[in-house]
Amino acid sequence: MSDHEYQPTSKAGKWFNDRLPLLSLVSHLKDYPTPKNLNYWWTFGGILTFCLLTQIITGIVLAMHYVAHADLAFGSVEHIMRDVNYGWLIRYIHSNGASMFFLAVYIHIFRSLFYGSYKSPREIIWIIGILIYLLMMAAAFMGYVLPWGQMSFWGATVITNLFSAIPLVGESITTWLWGAYSVDNPTLNRFFSLHYLIPFLILGLVVLHIWALHVPGNNNPVGIDIQKPSKDTVPFHPYITIKDIFALLVFMIIFAGFVFFAPNVLGHSDNYIPANPMVTPAHIVPEWYLLPFYAILRSVPDKLGGVILMFSAIFILFILPWLDTSKVRSAVFRPIYRQFFWILVLDILVLGYVGAMPAEGIYLVLARVGTIYYFLHFLVILPVVGYLEKTDPLPINISDAVMSGSSNLSIAKKDEKKV
Amino acid sequence: MAKNKKTTRRDFLYTATYTIGAVGLGATIWPFIDQMNPDKSVQALATTEVDVSTVEPGNSITVLWRGKPVFLKRRTQEEINEARAVNLKELKDPQKDEERVKEGKDEWLVMLGVCTHLGCVPLSNKGDYKGGWFCPCHGSHYDVSGRIRKGPAPVNMEIPKYEFVDNNTIKIG
Amino acid sequence: MKKKFKLLIYFSLLSLFYFTKLLSAEAVDPIKIDWSFKGYTGKFDRASLQRGFQVYKEVCSSCHSMQYLSYRNLGEPGGPEFTESEVKAIAASVEVTDGPDSQGEMFKRPGRPSDKFVNPYPNVQAAAAANGGAYPPDMSVLVKARKGGANYIYSVLMGYEDKPAGVILDDGVYYNKYMVGQKIKMPKVLSDGLVDYSDGTVATEDQMAKDVTTFLSWAAEPELEARHKLGVKVLIYLILLSILVYLSMKKLWSRIDSEI
Repeated sequence: MSDHEYQPTSKAGKWFNDRLPLLSLVSHLKDYPTPKNLNYWWTFGGILTFCLLTQIITGIVLAMHYVAHADLAFGSVEHIMRDVNYGWLIRYIHSNGASMFFLAVYIHIFRSLFYGSYKSPREIIWIIGILIYLLMMAAAFMGYVLPWGQMSFWGATVITNLFSAIPLVGESITTWLWGAYSVDNPTLNRFFSLHYLIPFLILGLVVLHIWALHVPGNNNPVGIDIQKPSKDTVPFHPYITIKDIFALLVFMIIFAGFVFFAPNVLGHSDNYIPANPMVTPAHIVPEWYLLPFYAILRSVPDKLGGVILMFSAIFILFILPWLDTSKVRSAVFRPIYRQFFWILVLDILVLGYVGAMPAEGIYLVLARVGTIYYFLHFLVILPVVGYLEKTDPLPINISDAVMSGSSNLSIAKKDEKKV
Repeated sequence: MAKNKKTTRRDFLYTATYTIGAVGLGATIWPFIDQMNPDKSVQALATTEVDVSTVEPGNSITVLWRGKPVFLKRRTQEEINEARAVNLKELKDPQKDEERVKEGKDEWLVMLGVCTHLGCVPLSNKGDYKGGWFCPCHGSHYDVSGRIRKGPAPVNMEIPKYEFVDNNTIKIG
Repeated sequence: MKKKFKLLIYFSLLSLFYFTKLLSAEAVDPIKIDWSFKGYTGKFDRASLQRGFQVYKEVCSSCHSMQYLSYRNLGEPGGPEFTESEVKAIAASVEVTDGPDSQGEMFKRPGRPSDKFVNPYPNVQAAAAANGGAYPPDMSVLVKARKGGANYIYSVLMGYEDKPAGVILDDGVYYNKYMVGQKIKMPKVLSDGLVDYSDGTVATEDQMAKDVTTFLSWAAEPELEARHKLGVKVLIYLILLSILVYLSMKKLWSRIDSEI
């Protein structure tokens, strides 16, 4: 990396910086050379940082008013909605914020898949990213339990029961997770504690994620290394910051649309019924962002097998950088992989859809086909395509690609608009 | 760049963007501050009605109002006379006893039982002044009218807003 | 080739929606009413809210609790907006159990605006026992707790019909077209002229169902009007700032030989 020596101009600044090089860090972040051909799919890193901070700030505020007790939790949420000044606003930002966070993270992940951002030398960035994604799912799940509505209670029951599939020790593990013989007050209490903890773990991982990013620098839409930093890159500030801010504002318009005009459309109406351990809702579904994995879980007619397959679907992502054998990063120059990429997108959408439907008839068939294809994509298609595919010629450098606008690039532009 | 030039359109655009962005950021912060203010349910509970029919002269009761103790003391004529005989010049926070009670209800002293020093609850019938209060935390002495006489407290104990609903009922707040 | 894929994706999305329609066809779609509180600038109809409260008080409240509401809410902006003295009178008309007093006894006193709505039953078990084993649900957030929201509540109130031939109903179970499963333990309660509206509106069954549904919608979302008002402002602001930032960005990037 081009870490030029930074010297503060003021004496006090120099004194401070010699002892703690914070100003050098700020200077590095500002001048960080960024490929100038990044498109809008690259703005989601900034958007995700915004999402995380929003969740943390609104979450800290909600914790000031929320009561983590089985008898009082539901009422305290209503208290937040009705009595606390701007409580409704802060809670709706937090609950819709979770969905927006996942929307952004999925776009971020698919961007990485399309442009090969997980490939050498960026494997560690990718692995940290998947860890963040895992923690996000844990935080979201526990957060959904806190209002102590019907979906909270039964969602917690179903998900914690996954662990009972483990042979021999399964039952002991679920009892240990619950702190009781079913999901109960002790469960709610510990979930609240962990729900408060996890975002800060995520924040720590985000710092590592960005650190790991700043070692090799950003990937870019053509996926080739930077040849001449002076020609191919721009300083992060102000060029990338303003672009990130613009994208963030557009994102916030959608976010605000949900918060102010459809705050409950992404949730489930059953969660406004207080938890009742005697009655299971007719139709238990997780939040939309977990549906594909839920579909994989239900596609297997065996308890342990389903659980193993569901976790494998996530853990397989850790070894993705070594499953993809192609030397070319960007799908822009990989005509075959590009098509399989879109089939994977479609496959995951289908899995998400059947995850929301009853596990019977045509949906079960779809779920099975979808699950098989999901694993096929990563375990067979990716390695094989990497060997067999004849890739398109790569441009010599980024500036070249930008200026000449090769035919491949225009194809890439069209593809982007599809999503 | 444009440092030496007069205001150009570009400068205007940037300034407008910064300004409007800053205004929005400021407005966003308000809900996050306001949420810590007393909420609507707390504000709604701001009055308490007390039945004082059972309090004998010379005795007092303590009730909770907004999470703080309120002393309701039914003073004897002797105590009232004593409170009114005090030379105002001797007082740290000069105030007539008449100003601290409702006219025609001189026997009733209704007062926030919170020391004006650092918020402890003073003990009644303790300290150097008969029928008065003494704060055990840092040694403030109050007289039978709740006025500060000795010690670190700066002002007299506060009189809350209250009214007599009827002869036996006091509404605080 | 690309076109084909695009088509494929659009087609599959379309068919997904189509399937959803098919699936939901099992339940009867609720009657759609053009509520005044829908839409970006939707507001409650004040008079309807006040009438709806009257229906709730005189009809529903004998079985259904509304434990998360307080009488003071009835006077707050965005709600029925009864005057302060009206709210006090409404609160004073109910008996609230308070205490314990200095003797350790619970006692009854007239309600105050700060009191929560009084429950008709001391607990869930008592409520279920008094209603043939079916607990009349708390109505504080009922509109949010039912798929279909206000339309569904209105439809159920209007959906009582004679049972079709072949449907067997147990004692104390009624046929309702819109209820999930078409069976409901609540008897038909609304009938023309059941309440005497103080504002002179004719109390038809339909009118009462609409009014009480409006009232319940407010009860579930008392922040709705404030939310809509703030939301419009926020959206206008965000769009304005986006345009400014976009123009600034274009200016800034014009120095770089790259399109963004």
